[in-house]
Amino acid sequence: MATAVPVALSNEEVLRYSRHLILPEVGMDGQLKLKAARVLCIGAGGLGAPLGMYLAAAGVGTIGMVDFDVVDRTNLQRQIIHGTKDIGRKKLDSAAETMIDINPNVNIVRHEVALSSENALEIMKDYDVVVDGTDNFPTRYLVNDACVLLGIPNVYGSIYRFEGQASVFATKDGPCYRCLYPEPPPPGLVPSCAEGGVLGILPGMIGIVQATETVKLILGKGETLVGRLMLYDAMNMKVREMKLRKSPDCPICGPNRTIRELIDYHQFCGVPKQPAQPEPVAAGGEIDAVGLKELLDRNHDFVLIDVREPHEYQICRIPKARLIPLGELPKRVGELDPAAEYIIHCRSGVRSAKACVVLREAGFRSVRNMAGGILAWSDKVDPSVPKY
Amino acid sequence: MAKILIPTPLRHFVNGQDAVEIAGATVGECLEKLTTDFGDLRKNLFNDEGKLRSFVNVYLNDEDIRYLDKTATAAGDRDTISIVPSIAGGR
Repeated sequence: MATAVPVALSNEEVLRYSRHLILPEVGMDGQLKLKAARVLCIGAGGLGAPLGMYLAAAGVGTIGMVDFDVVDRTNLQRQIIHGTKDIGRKKLDSAAETMIDINPNVNIVRHEVALSSENALEIMKDYDVVVDGTDNFPTRYLVNDACVLLGIPNVYGSIYRFEGQASVFATKDGPCYRCLYPEPPPPGLVPSCAEGGVLGILPGMIGIVQATETVKLILGKGETLVGRLMLYDAMNMKVREMKLRKSPDCPICGPNRTIRELIDYHQFCGVPKQPAQPEPVAAGGEIDAVGLKELLDRNHDFVLIDVREPHEYQICRIPKARLIPLGELPKRVGELDPAAEYIIHCRSGVRSAKACVVLREAGFRSVRNMAGGILAWSDKVDPSVPKY
Repeated sequence: MAKILIPTPLRHFVNGQDAVEIAGATVGECLEKLTTDFGDLRKNLFNDEGKLRSFVNVYLNDEDIRYLDKTATAAGDRDTISIVPSIAGGR
């Protein structure tokens, strides 16, 4: 680290960090390095929560956080830096309060923005280590490329359901994220945590691995995950590691690199920058929750199909809905009468819109999507139906 | 029989199994057999030209097959083939 090391610790800090100071691998020199270090956490969510708390506790002098979200009740199952009292507050404010409570000696820098190709280099350039705790492919490629261009190590962690990955990218001679995965999967193929679910403890485990690697990078001690991909399977409690090489064909860190500045990462990942405008629906292509209720009340003859997963159906359901998960629909089209009238719903209206396309392409003539899904049903028709 | 470890995002294509034993002389043969036995898995591993997708990494034991003989890498009885797809979750 090029950072200037501060002169000394206060007596309060000496006492606070005593268990570090008596470790030969940290000691006074190491603790002063931690105090001088500047670490940027991208995201104050599942991975950012344990990261922020442990880095603050460890005495990392400056911790930057990039986030523009507010705390939501569904976050609390895993984002332990926020509490029930913080629902509705900015995550940055809630996280900073927790970190300052743990250690008032740290300086928290709040970056309340969506990281983009326009602002990433400016935000990241003053940090020694960047920790990637984002939740989407465009930002992951953006963080990687910015780290490679700036020469800042990128401590990577990623989670899905019960499984996590961690590594350290973009060190001087080590591989980068693009060496591991040159391209992102097409949108829609890999579900997000919001769609796929995640074990609440999992980001704790992976976030703490990232915090550990960050501290080791700052101390210059131990063997980091540079050149290794750690795979963690919580369900079988297995940890494995794969060899990771610097790719000779890497477009940003290889010898014949073609990327020399930040690009449009939304385009690269095939996802539009703005939420996609709903496709224009043909007349009668959509119905809202209230409209559906009216049809049910007057016993109108139609088939209501719920395309969520069986475990979601167990949480809540709309009366008379028949469950056919979206993934099974193409195979089960034969069970349905193409001449009947259909209304399709899911949780929020996205999967059901896809299901409508499947049925229309299969020749079904009367297919309507229920806008807003069962969430809208709970809001507008039956508040006793829980939202999830 | 090589053992193919199936990652969480792909387990529902193989009846929820976390590992499948497959007979094949090479990694490519094993994956071919796997995606024949479990047809829905094919489009997640291979593109329309039958090439492995670039966001799916395949390892023989702990080595990326891109740095061995790619899909022609020999796979023996004691070998473990890991499919490691790109995941992005973090919140």
